[in-house]
Amino acid sequence: MSSARAERLVNLVLCLLSTRQFLTAERIRATVPGYADATSDEAFFRMFERDKTELRELGVPLETGRTSAFDTVEGYRIARGDYELGEIDLDAEEAAAVALAGSLWDSPELSGAAHGALRKLRAAGVEVDETRGSVQPRVRAAEPAFAPLLAAVQAGQAVTFDHRRGGPTGEIARRTVEPWGVVSWRGRWYLVGHDRDREDVRSFRLSRILEPVKTVGEPGEVTVPPGTDLMASIHRSVDQGPVVGVATVWVAEGHAHGLRRLGTVVGPRELGGRQGDVLEIELRSERTVARWLAGAGPDVVVLDPPGLAAHVRRLWEGALAAHAGERVR
Amino acid sequence: MSGVADRLPRLLSLVPYLLARPGIPIAEAAADFDITPRQLRRDLELLWMCGLPGYGPGDLVDLSFSGDTVTVTEDAGMRRPLRLTTAEATALLVALRTLGEAPGVVDTAAVRRATAKIERAVGDAGVATVAVDLTREEEATAATVRGALDRGRALQIVYYTAGRDAVSRRTVDPMRLLLVEGRGYLEAWCRRAEGVRLFRLDRVEEVAELAEPSAPPSDAEPHDVSRGLFTPSEEHRTAVLEVAREARWIAEYYPVDEVVEHLDGSGSARVLLRYADPAWLVRLVLGLGGGARVLEPPELAVAVAERAREALAAATTTDDVPGGHGTGAGER
Repeated sequence: MSSARAERLVNLVLCLLSTRQFLTAERIRATVPGYADATSDEAFFRMFERDKTELRELGVPLETGRTSAFDTVEGYRIARGDYELGEIDLDAEEAAAVALAGSLWDSPELSGAAHGALRKLRAAGVEVDETRGSVQPRVRAAEPAFAPLLAAVQAGQAVTFDHRRGGPTGEIARRTVEPWGVVSWRGRWYLVGHDRDREDVRSFRLSRILEPVKTVGEPGEVTVPPGTDLMASIHRSVDQGPVVGVATVWVAEGHAHGLRRLGTVVGPRELGGRQGDVLEIELRSERTVARWLAGAGPDVVVLDPPGLAAHVRRLWEGALAAHAGERVR
Repeated sequence: MSGVADRLPRLLSLVPYLLARPGIPIAEAAADFDITPRQLRRDLELLWMCGLPGYGPGDLVDLSFSGDTVTVTEDAGMRRPLRLTTAEATALLVALRTLGEAPGVVDTAAVRRATAKIERAVGDAGVATVAVDLTREEEATAATVRGALDRGRALQIVYYTAGRDAVSRRTVDPMRLLLVEGRGYLEAWCRRAEGVRLFRLDRVEEVAELAEPSAPPSDAEPHDVSRGLFTPSEEHRTAVLEVAREARWIAEYYPVDEVVEHLDGSGSARVLLRYADPAWLVRLVLGLGGGARVLEPPELAVAVAERAREALAAATTTDDVPGGHGTGAGER
């Protein structure tokens, strides 16, 4: 921004803050230094329109209206109460928390906005020390889809994008979604919203959303239903389901520590001449538990239930069949 | 050179900022705004030309410089900064709420007080559009680690290493407590490994603060986590796997270098997977039960076959053990 324009804009803000009356564009042209440079009416209005847009983008609450019923054209003013940041008084611990929050984001969109917020808090007299301490929480958002989706969520605008179902080599489907919010859960970002094609609330992992994300319709068209709980939507979609049973397995002594961590040790037991322990592991998904158990190979023996034992055996047979031709070369 | 778009918001913030800090050194103010002292002086010269209609003495912003410090003497009505934009309020309040849900890692009582004060000052329109769930399962471990960092003490930990599927006891010199990618980590100098290590908090089985001071060597380098936790290093090797459709999720779950899709409609793919420990890879492939086949390195393919053969043999010999179903009993 040129110095002349920056100076004009600061003067415009100060002028509109200091008036209770709505000032017409003509009054502003005659009053605020810088507009006198406009050589024609057309040049002035172009300049003034650009300036108004710039201020609105910064969040300056520019009001329009007429001071009296006799005014023929609308004027402008800025209500001080709407413009100014409210009083904030933080103690040292609270200020430290705010500084930590300001450095939480590891994404240009959110960290830029957070730093803008900290700058304003400092201008309000709050001392925020951003020196990094030994505790460093960070939330990263590296997915290319993050920026356009966050922008669409904040603008209340529908989006359309290609979505890869079930991971890197899944089939691709076009989706049109009314975005309600973005959620980070266990280090992964999701979009939650109303899927127009399937007429239902859906969540999409951001890493499975392909560029480009395009907006559809006008900003402000999307309304989030009152009482929407974004995190609850994610929990529903990734829920592992209830505990459906308990697996009883034997693990060899000194082995399968990962399995021991997942379950509870019931007691020691010798099996097939080998020392070990009997474990109980909660079963939610048989498939997942079968995979963990099969990974332990001969260090584990499934005692119960029989269906799980059969499942694990099939995995070993499958792994053997896939690698049976292999000989040490 | 600062960004063009940053200048106007900065100009609107500068006068209230300086009003709150009479006689502040210019270098200190510049650092707070992330600009050079030279740029700050240019901004101040510009503000000096700004003021209220009338634009006479007393209407304009006035500043007094003394040595390398500056004081606002006339503010032209710019006493408070502009309120936060929706994006700014969202970024800050969501971050605070996120930290407020991370007990052990931070002082959550202070975080909640700060959140309430900022909500009162800025309102919370639009904030509900972003939500973050930090891990909160290891509160006690995080609190012990934070205490040791605060007091500068060493820690003794019992740690589960997933790669080797083993548990070990170590003395470490804590350096940082990190929350990255949804998980908590202790970054510390490991005296046994003689190197800087990241320990996942959910794999720390026991932790105790020692009386001796934390003394990581002066040349111990913290990890650069700005590009994610899994940066390929020399200790990582690459395996080539042939992965069927039902097992292709591994390419999303584990660090892979490349996925080559087979265009035969089978949904299978060739995946280049990074691994540090051969035993880990063998466990993964065994669990996938033929859904993945190791092409490279060949000795790992042999190891998978060996382990599967031994597992089947062990299951068969224990079939007749009284008091338990043997593996495969349901099939016979």
